[in-house]
Amino acid sequence: MYNFDFEKPSTIADAVSALGSEDAQALGGGQTLLPTMKQRLASPSKLVSLNGIAEMQGICTGDDGALCIGGATTHAAVAAGAGVYPGLAGLAAGIGDPAVRARGTIGGSLANNDPSACYPAGALASGATFVTNAREIAADDYFQGMFTTALDEGEILTEVRFPVPEASNYQKFEQPASRFALVGVFVAKYADGVRVAVTGASEEGVFRWTEAETALSGNFSADAIADMAPGADGMISDLHGTAAYRAHLVGVLTRRAVTAAG
Amino acid sequence: MPKDNGIGASPKRREDVRFLSGTGNYTDDIQVNGQAYVHFLRSDLAHAKINGINLDAALAMPGVIKIFTGTDFEGVGGIPCGWQVTDRHGEPMQEPAHPVLAQGKVRYVGDQIAAVVAETLEQARDAAEAIDVDLEELPAVVDMKAALADGATKVHDDLTSNLCYDWGFVEENKPAVDAAFEAAAHVTTLELRNNRLVANPMEPRVAIGDFNRATGDSTLYTTSQNPHVIRLLMGAFVLGIPEHKLRVVAPDVGGGFGTKIFHYAEEAFCTFAAKALNRAVKWTSTRSEAFISDAHGRDHVTKIELALDAENNFTAVRTDTHANMGAYLSTFAPSVPTWLHGTLMAGNYKTPLIYVNVKAVFTNTVPVDAYRGAGRPEATFQLERVVDKAARELGVDPIALRRQNFITEFPYATPVAVEYDTGDYHGTMDVLEKMADLSGFEARRKASEAKGKLRGFGVNCYIEACGIAPSNLVGQLGARAGLYESATVRVNATGGLVVMTGSHSHGQGHETSFPQVIAEMIGIDESMVEIVHGDTANTPMGMGTYGSRSIAVGGSAMVRATEKIIAKAKKIAAHLMEAADADIELKDGAFSVAGTDKSVAWGDVTLAAYVPHNYPLEDIEPGLEETAFYDPANFTYPSGAYACEVEVDPDTGKVTIEAFNAADDFGNIINPMIVDGQVHGGIGQGIGQALLENAAYDENGQLLSASYMDYAMPRASDVPFYGVDHSSQTPCTHNPLGVKGCGEAGAIGSPPAVINAVVDALRSGGHDIHHIDMPVSPSRVWQAMNG
Repeated sequence: MYNFDFEKPSTIADAVSALGSEDAQALGGGQTLLPTMKQRLASPSKLVSLNGIAEMQGICTGDDGALCIGGATTHAAVAAGAGVYPGLAGLAAGIGDPAVRARGTIGGSLANNDPSACYPAGALASGATFVTNAREIAADDYFQGMFTTALDEGEILTEVRFPVPEASNYQKFEQPASRFALVGVFVAKYADGVRVAVTGASEEGVFRWTEAETALSGNFSADAIADMAPGADGMISDLHGTAAYRAHLVGVLTRRAVTAAG
Repeated sequence: MPKDNGIGASPKRREDVRFLSGTGNYTDDIQVNGQAYVHFLRSDLAHAKINGINLDAALAMPGVIKIFTGTDFEGVGGIPCGWQVTDRHGEPMQEPAHPVLAQGKVRYVGDQIAAVVAETLEQARDAAEAIDVDLEELPAVVDMKAALADGATKVHDDLTSNLCYDWGFVEENKPAVDAAFEAAAHVTTLELRNNRLVANPMEPRVAIGDFNRATGDSTLYTTSQNPHVIRLLMGAFVLGIPEHKLRVVAPDVGGGFGTKIFHYAEEAFCTFAAKALNRAVKWTSTRSEAFISDAHGRDHVTKIELALDAENNFTAVRTDTHANMGAYLSTFAPSVPTWLHGTLMAGNYKTPLIYVNVKAVFTNTVPVDAYRGAGRPEATFQLERVVDKAARELGVDPIALRRQNFITEFPYATPVAVEYDTGDYHGTMDVLEKMADLSGFEARRKASEAKGKLRGFGVNCYIEACGIAPSNLVGQLGARAGLYESATVRVNATGGLVVMTGSHSHGQGHETSFPQVIAEMIGIDESMVEIVHGDTANTPMGMGTYGSRSIAVGGSAMVRATEKIIAKAKKIAAHLMEAADADIELKDGAFSVAGTDKSVAWGDVTLAAYVPHNYPLEDIEPGLEETAFYDPANFTYPSGAYACEVEVDPDTGKVTIEAFNAADDFGNIINPMIVDGQVHGGIGQGIGQALLENAAYDENGQLLSASYMDYAMPRASDVPFYGVDHSSQTPCTHNPLGVKGCGEAGAIGSPPAVINAVVDALRSGGHDIHHIDMPVSPSRVWQAMNG
């Protein structure tokens, strides 16, 4: 790890200001960033911890009924406190291990947008709204490929608002070593239709499986997508699974998520 | 009523108090006054010519003391290989030079280019980044068969090819074996890979070199399974330091699994640099470094053929194996695919004719050497897989086919040069069949099918040769060391004992189990016995811990030394009681005169030895301390039968282990709890190999699974509660304890059972599959099911 400066502001405004210096980097729970720095693969000049900002902590229900989660809220807090949205609480409860869940934050995960992370699937399937210090971004505009989001340099993800679906479920098939999602599928059924988001599978990062959404919006049952799977083109192929295997798993896990969502 | 003391009792492990309470003393805990830190600049290319190294910028960095490169070691010996294999044609193996720091070329990702010594570790790392190395990339040799092709790039330019040796065993048997295949009623053939593994002990390697200018003494603190072996190899072959001027200390060591047997360049470097700089030099491996610098294990590609007659008797076995040596020969690397592998190809079966061919190959990968089981897992896997396949092809029960071919009379001389002293293979199989509830399997399979899962049952046997080993035999086989073990038993004046042993303990529980043996012999409480190990300054020359040898060889040395103690103590007791030596009996810690009520306590005798006021000084010396060296007459041959039950999810290919039962014959048992633990750990590693672990290289020689993000270690949730039984006991006939060793059995015996079970499950689902290479990851299983 190289030397760096550290700041822990207590307001969003101070955090934005601190992030204005060259090579400054926001720090959530540090579950990806700190190991990367220890490996000397990242060398920010300054870390700006977002964990001291009270208004970025916690979970509440908005006037429109959406579940609003502060960007600095840990996975453990979401697992324990997002009971009105069981699919999302279940997703949070399955991330990493207890130590990761105690430190890692929803904002950190969504800002990093690891192609195998769980939260991007939950947020995209929910059609969540990403609230930053500067604006609001729709989920469909937010994810822009592996490790890439609509966030500008220095922009802070302060809150994520999840419309609560009628039924939901997240199915993760773990990569045997990292236990990240080899493939993860989040299914959310809303009054105006079903959304299906897939993580871990695509070289483009999290994506919506629209073909399944259409079929499930007409008939929310595993039978509606019985033999369906997305194409293998553009799927990740590595030591842990071929593109064809990942495409197959998307179908399997979507069916399981629909059945589990009930 | 179970015993609470001595042999057969299960006292809790006394060393766990310090291990579990954070009060152990590991090598990295040692801080030598004034120590500097070294960081190794390692190659990120698998194969490259070093055109130049510019140190100017790095030397100007803060805190840098000195930067060493290969040229600093030109007059220094290379890392030696401890075993020479002779090939089929009577020629010695090709043995490349192995410099402490790379000279002229780098040969694997991880090879040391330079070593930066600085005031702090961070300063050393910073300076290493400022070193300007001009590497000219060369084609990487990764695949073993491609490495042997005509015109292949050579890993070592001064060798004739990438072939280390072409070994035939037993070469004279080959025509008869070939003829048996010609005459066979049935031949089963199987091609498979024994996957490359990274040992991953919990504690990464550490080395601290120290030098005393006043005395000229060097000290190396290191994470080793065998400090005396390191002292001998490094002192005699690398640095030219006589043993009396070199002390090697291996304090608490957090797991070895073989990978801490070997003498590594980092140890020699730290010892060398400490003297050159007159300052202690410390190196602590990171986990990332461990993946690319600890010797790897396994990595065999094998074709095995089994010939049977019309009655399904095994008539011959023939194997053709390519064994990966990596870029250099690690300490015992040449012995693993040969003498620890070929000699086990009879398994538990009376196959009369066997021929083993092994081609050891240099590649641009991390050196490969012994890993828990070392050669014997590779032998067991191929043999037990081909027997299973044969049973399936012949439509006979796999257990019945095994039983039909079991060796039943002992001693048994195999056609591959070893003689099994004892065993009862039907006995362990009987135990296993009860444990595994064979009769209930069909009901369990139906229950799995009702859940949409495929259930499979797999069984295998194993035999291993451990308690390594008779020195004169291994000397004939090419070992450049003896393989005895030593113990000094020191009785203190007030009756307590200290045993100084060459057997190192790095998780095995010697500090608990060894005292049980002495307590049993003398009839005292085991708390009166303390074990000292791990420091060449205060233990007799010993060969260390590997090959499941500690109780069989080290324990036997301890018994011999204690016998000498008892013999002398009886003389003292006879004097005290004015009786004849021959009439003295020792029982429950007291000496008595046979046929009388005269008795003296153990403590009275030990006190007399050190306060010899009333003492036969004319006949015997004062004091009570004895040393014994024990060289075994033969290997020991633990054996067993293992069964695994799996469920396969046909939708995803995921395999879960539903049950695992192990029936072992370890001969006599000192501490049943510790033996259970050894078997549990071994099976865990075997399941890891079978389902999860895979050190995979790409075609450029980059290790794809170089961290826990991609290298899958088994975790608690990956393994079931094991059934372990070691009630079937045929004691070893040639060591005084009748023990056989249990450290490697689990890792040897478990992988074939898992794969046999997976194949059985898939076949029950209608898939015409005979084999899937390890690890049977979900993706590989799905691939196999879906063509």
